[in-house]
Amino acid sequence: MNIFDVVGPIMVGPSSSHTAGAVRIGLTARKLMGERISYAQILLHGSFLATGHGHGTDRAIVAGLLGLNVDDRRIPDSFCLARERGLSFEIKGIDLGEEAHPNSVELIMKSVSGRRLTVVASSIGGGRIWIDKIDGLDANFSGDYPTLIVHNLDQPGHVAEVTTMLEHKSVNIAAMQLYRSGRGGHAVMVIECDQEVPPDSIEWLRKVEGVEKVTYYSPAVKISEQAE
Amino acid sequence: MFGSLKDILEADEERGTSFWETVMEDDRREENISMEKSLAKMNEIWQAMLESDREYDEKLKSASGLTGTDAAKIGRHREDSLCSEFGSRILERALRIAESNACMKRIVAAPTAGSSGVVPAVLISMQERYHYSDEYMVRSLYVAAGIGGVIAVRASLSGAEGGCQAEIGSASAMAAGAAVFLRGGTDRMIADAAAIALSGLMGLVCDPVAGLVEVPCVKRNPVGAFNAIAAAEMALSGITSRIPPDEVIDAMKSVGHLTASELRETGKGGLAATPTGREISRKLTAGSPAAAESPAKPETV
Repeated sequence: MNIFDVVGPIMVGPSSSHTAGAVRIGLTARKLMGERISYAQILLHGSFLATGHGHGTDRAIVAGLLGLNVDDRRIPDSFCLARERGLSFEIKGIDLGEEAHPNSVELIMKSVSGRRLTVVASSIGGGRIWIDKIDGLDANFSGDYPTLIVHNLDQPGHVAEVTTMLEHKSVNIAAMQLYRSGRGGHAVMVIECDQEVPPDSIEWLRKVEGVEKVTYYSPAVKISEQAE
Repeated sequence: MFGSLKDILEADEERGTSFWETVMEDDRREENISMEKSLAKMNEIWQAMLESDREYDEKLKSASGLTGTDAAKIGRHREDSLCSEFGSRILERALRIAESNACMKRIVAAPTAGSSGVVPAVLISMQERYHYSDEYMVRSLYVAAGIGGVIAVRASLSGAEGGCQAEIGSASAMAAGAAVFLRGGTDRMIADAAAIALSGLMGLVCDPVAGLVEVPCVKRNPVGAFNAIAAAEMALSGITSRIPPDEVIDAMKSVGHLTASELRETGKGGLAATPTGREISRKLTAGSPAAAESPAKPETV
């Protein structure tokens, strides 16, 4: 936190958690997808569901999915913008359970090229967010750093492969987490980095045996709205 | 950010800097940015505050229909104003920006979106009255940010944690200190004004009807702004806070902890729990497209 978090941010109202945070969740999901999203099921939980309409949470999430920032004046009109840009969406309620943050949402998405991605995220206050799950597995990162998410089979050696690759590319690891669904089942590595991971390394990783899916999030990435 | 107002005042004396410079220098070092960049960023914030006041649309109502169109009424009543031209302008501006926020227009969260009308209402009205330069106004925002920063470190700026005293109360303390700076008060007077403002709103609960940032939030913005003017005037007259400013902030934190969760942004107590408050909430929930459907397990795409 710095003084520009105290006097700021510049944002579209009415609520930093229910509006600005919701835009950031949509925007982060778009960056995780890495390309334009063509369909999204938006499942609101808790306070997002109860007060989301009055706070514009629904329009804010769609705005984020379209690549708008928290201070973009088009946020209230994002539903129209989505029609223009070919993003179809459904908004429903969901019960993510008692442990979920009251301001949570599950996004089930499909991209223009057919990629699928499911994200559970929460707005944790003051416009800050938290990515809780990716494709059903725990993720737990803030979206403040370049983040590499690797889904792989729970076999020896995968962690070493990934960290050795990062070492070769001079990428420093800020934080690293490991989760698995069960011994010998599916596992996930969430690696927050100080530097960007080069695109060719991510492509290389996708081809490694035992690696099922690689998702890369870069706070700096811009995804063009132009149709390919 | 500084952990106490005392630290800021001591740094002022040691370095021979004024309150705003001390706050700017500290942030600049932490964030590793140049003075030009910091000033440009703060000027952007100031311009956005001016815009949020200018862009008020008196015909606009919020999505819930609970707020909007009221600020213009103050403007039409100006000739007969109880609180003279200056007071009437502050009142109108605080409502303009708070209503704009409820109507999904662009504002500056200072410190929060719900309290976004307080600081600009005081500062813009002072610029209008005394013809201060934008450069001078930007300096006053560092004063406001320094005070808010200490409250963030020692206590909280969130209604869910500390109640409305943490939002409107903090905004009021920030505005009070900035107002003292603009009028040429000493750094100690700035700290006293912040403490007096915070004391005045201590214990204020967060009880939004239907959980929305509208009732009573919008009308509490002018209250915070007037409280700031009262505190600034007291400090500028040489009146001090009997309790040291940092202890006042600590007291506010402890009051926040003592406040029942029903009164901390849950929409379950206070005005939200009145028969009318509950009725409004019931109607709005029934009218919400997403909430109308029963929670379901997600289907696969």
